[in-house]
Amino acid sequence: MDGWLGVLIMIGLGIGFAGVMVGLSLLLGPKNPTPEKLAPYECGMAAVGDARERHSVKFYLVAMIFLLFDIEVAFLYPWALALRDLGWPGFVQIVTFFLILLVGYVYVWRKGVLDWGPVSSRVRSQRPKAA
Amino acid sequence: MFNSAFDAIVPLLCVTLAALASMSAEAFRGKGERMPIGGLGIVGLAGAAVSCVLLWNRNTSSFGVIVADNFGLFVTMTLIIVGLLTIMFSSQVLDLHDLPRGEYYTLVLFAIAGMIMMATANDLLVLFIALEIMSLAVYVLTGIRRDDQRSSEAAFKYFLLGAFSSAFFLYGIAFTYGVTGSTRLDRVGTFLAAQSMADNPLLLVALGLLLVGFAFKISAVPFHMWTPDAYEGAPAIVTGFMSTGVKAAAFAAFARVFLSAFEPFSADWAPVVWVIAAATMILGTVVGVAQSNLKRMLAYSSIAHGGYLLVGLVAANQVGKAAILFYLLAYAVTNLAAFGVIAMLGARDRANDELRDYAGLWQSHPALAALMTVCLLSLGGIPPTVGFIGKWYIFSAAVGSGYYGLAIIGVLTSVISVFFYLRVVVMMYMAERDGAPALPRVGAVGMTALAIAIFAIFYLGILPTAVLDLAAASISTIF
Amino acid sequence: MVALIPLFPFVGFLVNATCGRRLPKVVSGGLASLAMVAAFAVSALSVWQLAALPVDARAIEQTVYTWIASGDLVLGLTFRVDPLSAVMILVITGIGSLIHIYSTAYMHDEPDSEFARYFSYLNLFAAFMLVLVLGASFVVMFVGWEGVGLCSYLLIGFWFKKKSASDAGKKAFVVNRIGDYAFILGMLLLFTRFGTLDFQGVASAVAGLPPEATFGALSLATLLLFIGATGKSAQIPLYTWLPDAMEGPTPVSALIHAATMVTAGVYMIGRNAVLFSHTPETMMVVAVVGAATALMAGTIGIVQNDIKRVLAYSTVSQLGLMFLAMGVGAFGAGIFHLYTHAFFKALLFLGSGAVIHALHGEQDIRNMGGLKAGLPITYWTFLIGSLAIAGVPGLAGFFSKDEILFETFADGHTVLWVVGALTSLLTATYMFRLVFLTFHGSASAKATADTHDLAWNAGLPSHAHSHGHGAGSHLHDAPPAMAIALVVLALGSVLAGYVGVPHALGGHNQLATWLEPAFEAEHTASATAEVVAPAAEPAGGLQASGEASEESETGEARLELTLMGVSSAIAFLGIGIAAFIWLKRRPSTSSGQVEIADRMAQRFPGLHRLLLNKYYVDEVYDAAVVQPIRIISEEGLWRGFDVRVIDGAVNGAASIVDGGAWMLRRLQTGSVRTYAGSVIFGVTMILGYYLWR
Repeated sequence: MDGWLGVLIMIGLGIGFAGVMVGLSLLLGPKNPTPEKLAPYECGMAAVGDARERHSVKFYLVAMIFLLFDIEVAFLYPWALALRDLGWPGFVQIVTFFLILLVGYVYVWRKGVLDWGPVSSRVRSQRPKAA
Repeated sequence: MFNSAFDAIVPLLCVTLAALASMSAEAFRGKGERMPIGGLGIVGLAGAAVSCVLLWNRNTSSFGVIVADNFGLFVTMTLIIVGLLTIMFSSQVLDLHDLPRGEYYTLVLFAIAGMIMMATANDLLVLFIALEIMSLAVYVLTGIRRDDQRSSEAAFKYFLLGAFSSAFFLYGIAFTYGVTGSTRLDRVGTFLAAQSMADNPLLLVALGLLLVGFAFKISAVPFHMWTPDAYEGAPAIVTGFMSTGVKAAAFAAFARVFLSAFEPFSADWAPVVWVIAAATMILGTVVGVAQSNLKRMLAYSSIAHGGYLLVGLVAANQVGKAAILFYLLAYAVTNLAAFGVIAMLGARDRANDELRDYAGLWQSHPALAALMTVCLLSLGGIPPTVGFIGKWYIFSAAVGSGYYGLAIIGVLTSVISVFFYLRVVVMMYMAERDGAPALPRVGAVGMTALAIAIFAIFYLGILPTAVLDLAAASISTIF
Repeated sequence: MVALIPLFPFVGFLVNATCGRRLPKVVSGGLASLAMVAAFAVSALSVWQLAALPVDARAIEQTVYTWIASGDLVLGLTFRVDPLSAVMILVITGIGSLIHIYSTAYMHDEPDSEFARYFSYLNLFAAFMLVLVLGASFVVMFVGWEGVGLCSYLLIGFWFKKKSASDAGKKAFVVNRIGDYAFILGMLLLFTRFGTLDFQGVASAVAGLPPEATFGALSLATLLLFIGATGKSAQIPLYTWLPDAMEGPTPVSALIHAATMVTAGVYMIGRNAVLFSHTPETMMVVAVVGAATALMAGTIGIVQNDIKRVLAYSTVSQLGLMFLAMGVGAFGAGIFHLYTHAFFKALLFLGSGAVIHALHGEQDIRNMGGLKAGLPITYWTFLIGSLAIAGVPGLAGFFSKDEILFETFADGHTVLWVVGALTSLLTATYMFRLVFLTFHGSASAKATADTHDLAWNAGLPSHAHSHGHGAGSHLHDAPPAMAIALVVLALGSVLAGYVGVPHALGGHNQLATWLEPAFEAEHTASATAEVVAPAAEPAGGLQASGEASEESETGEARLELTLMGVSSAIAFLGIGIAAFIWLKRRPSTSSGQVEIADRMAQRFPGLHRLLLNKYYVDEVYDAAVVQPIRIISEEGLWRGFDVRVIDGAVNGAASIVDGGAWMLRRLQTGSVRTYAGSVIFGVTMILGYYLWR
């Protein structure tokens, strides 16, 4: 259990720090509410409508693809650190990995998922039969 | 082959490359252009089949986590057959419903890659990854008819519950690692055999959680609830694919984990699997009797068949183990063919999967009705089809190991189950087709696939010895 | 060569099933009949070869190939002709051929495709039946067992447009499944016990054991097999399907539900004579069930009004007698009766078919009468069949029935003998009631005038319209194809018994001598010395009768003669009763006089209703078994476990609601949560079991 003590302390500190900060500001802060102050913070603009509205499916697609490729990049860091030990086999492996990703990327690209916004004229010219 | 560390993954690579190729092909396909993408899949699967044959008896392993032992290869071959038949059945269905061909074949191939990986994985984490590769592809396949509400809902339910059960499975892996210090099955096995771990609660929890993960994938009671909805909602051919491929892969992994690594604990898991097997057979059969939708009926039937396979797992004597492999193959071919018929009879605007849609099929599609009859009789275990041999082996294994109760329940449920299979036969031959719209014609590719399947059903039913010997030889490599 | 026997009809099936609908009737029917005749020729040849072998080596075996070989079970697809299966294949192919020929005329009004369908089923049935009797092991027999069940099911429901026909098919199927279930279990039990399923293997293994004094594993196995037999051979408690099975075409009733398939259970017990004689408890059950069935079916048969149903109950009753014989260890007598019964019962069914054919589908005997003049061939052959089944001396039924009764009595089962004798009386009575009501007396008013309407009402698809010969009174006797079958079977009903003339009458009972080796443990040349030793001692049931015969040969002969006299008297008494009650009948509508039968029905209204409603067994089964299962399946498990929420989503207003809203709403109403709940339940149970066991 010795090794875990530090983790426990860390968890305790994390919870404690956050709790203390919020608690202190509640206790010590001056309370002078106005409607503007109570409104949710919207980059300085007045809030319009409900925040829980539905977004275009494009948004989710791009977000998902971004996440996907972003996470895959995370594999590169440990690989880079161990590059010398892994040698050429390791290199081949990571290249294979990226080739597979590349196929996915090409597919996504060709399918027009990356075209943000309304269907562009470029896509239209490329696919003459598109509706 | 060149005796390298890559040998054991060659079948896997073939299928994966085919999947990537079909994905690229789809990416560069002009709108409206027809490409033989299914052909790519067939080439890839054929390559995998050839490499399986070459790897036979060589017992190679790659990186210690993928092993191409005969057991894995036998299941891989089964999965390849499932893949080939699925692709052949699909071409007509895809045209009919305007489904995205490239994506469809890519997903099928990725799913098969995942399944093959499951069947050959020798490491729990790799197994988990394989499970997810397979599952994600199948989730999407389930919902591939995006304009169909049932299809979307089925996919969503399947996905949510699948993710839920994956979590249990992962927990099980974590506990196993915590207790034994490894996720490699061979090491876990050695550790458990050497150490006296009886009644170690952590290990029992690990066992239980792994069991839950597998039980979900093979839709054993009470983890079966998603099955009827998902099977009914998915396009019929996808249902056929997942009721055979997913089940075969999950069973292979189940057998590998529980009969090799956790073999020393069989006294602990056997009673639980006993109860699950009994409940699965009973519920699948009894509820199946009440169904009027053919897909839903076959969904319950496939639940029941999972129960029979579990009987083989419990009765893990030498006969029982070989019986599992044989039954997997038998069931896969038969069930897929049955779903193939349903899929190919679907029309654009109606699924034609209600029992009454089959009324008088004999009049309009005599060949198809005959082939479907053979499939159903085989599912019901009527000789001289393969279903009979499979059941015979399973039950005689159960009796041989002294599990009389399971054998009695198994025979009883299979006797009852014939009732609902035969109801379809009666519909096809002994009912008038009044008023219902005409059913579509079936294309040549589909009929070829069906003919192959029927040939296999009879071949394995009449001359089972060769394949049984193969199954027995395969199973002996891991246990 | 043996394998050719089932192969011929199978090829016939394949041809008719694949391209029969495009063939003219002459070709498809002719082909099917030809296949059967060829099978008969090969059977006769095999039997001739068999007879040429020395007595203790009478078996021709052919292993087509090794079917299943794995673990400790090696099983070939082996066919074996021995004296017992020799009798069976001759009966099946011989009578089968006649019925095929008869069918070409009987089914002639069906459209080409239906005609081909009928013959493909019939050929397939014959193939499976031959596999059943030729199979050298339980598993091969089981292949045939399942196959004939399937074909019988298809043929009962052949006229599926009649709801009663498809219902009857369903019932036959369900009831038979119960029997099959027991049969499989019995088979598995024997396999675990002996490690083999070959009949001879089991027999020689059993022969070394002492008979089971108390109810043990062997008794359980034989009892399970017997339950299987009750399903197939329509015995208590699984007999209810057979009378309903009469919805099928009449030649089918003759072939499947009288001559061959229903005797499979009797044959199975005969095949396992050694095994059964080692389990006296089961034998007792077999005998009692057989006797009870014989009596019960006989009493029901006497009040039924449908010509085919009377014959069906008669079949059940006669099968009961065969089981009685098996149960008292008189295996030879049982098979003898099986063999003679096949002739006269097939004849009676075909005769009834000719009557129905002539009357355009009329089956109610109350609407018949006076057909003697119009249908001479049918009448005389039917009369011969009735005399044979009634047990009138000199005809086939006399010898076999008498042998059963004698063996029963000689074995010391006096009560069972009384039941058997009573059954004989009933048999003679109801058969001649049938003869008198159908063929004698004055033509019933209804028979002439209403026939067409009745036929229409019955909804028979074939005969009702195509046989319109103008006035209904125009009768036409059996066409040549039907007449040939009737005459040949009539000859058989007279002569078939002479292969088993008992010693008491100066005969040699060749059939019993012929069959004897089949009921002993091991008799092939391949037998090892080790196996022969225990086999030499005769098996339990046979032993008893064997000893009896040694004690006093002459006393036995005197006893047999006495009993023969008694049963002849019984036969004539039965015919006399029938003549007294029904021969003098007048149409009760025209004259004020009430018939004796009606008067009796009025005197004992309760009894009459009980018999007319077949002891209400169907109703009891429905209430006690069918409804509970249906309720559990549909209401309990399905509604309870199979909550089909998807319907609500799709059928509701979902299609109008945009986008994914409906999905969310479904989620919130909890369908997936229910499913997840089930998963959680499972996890809790499993982990709970592990942690707190």
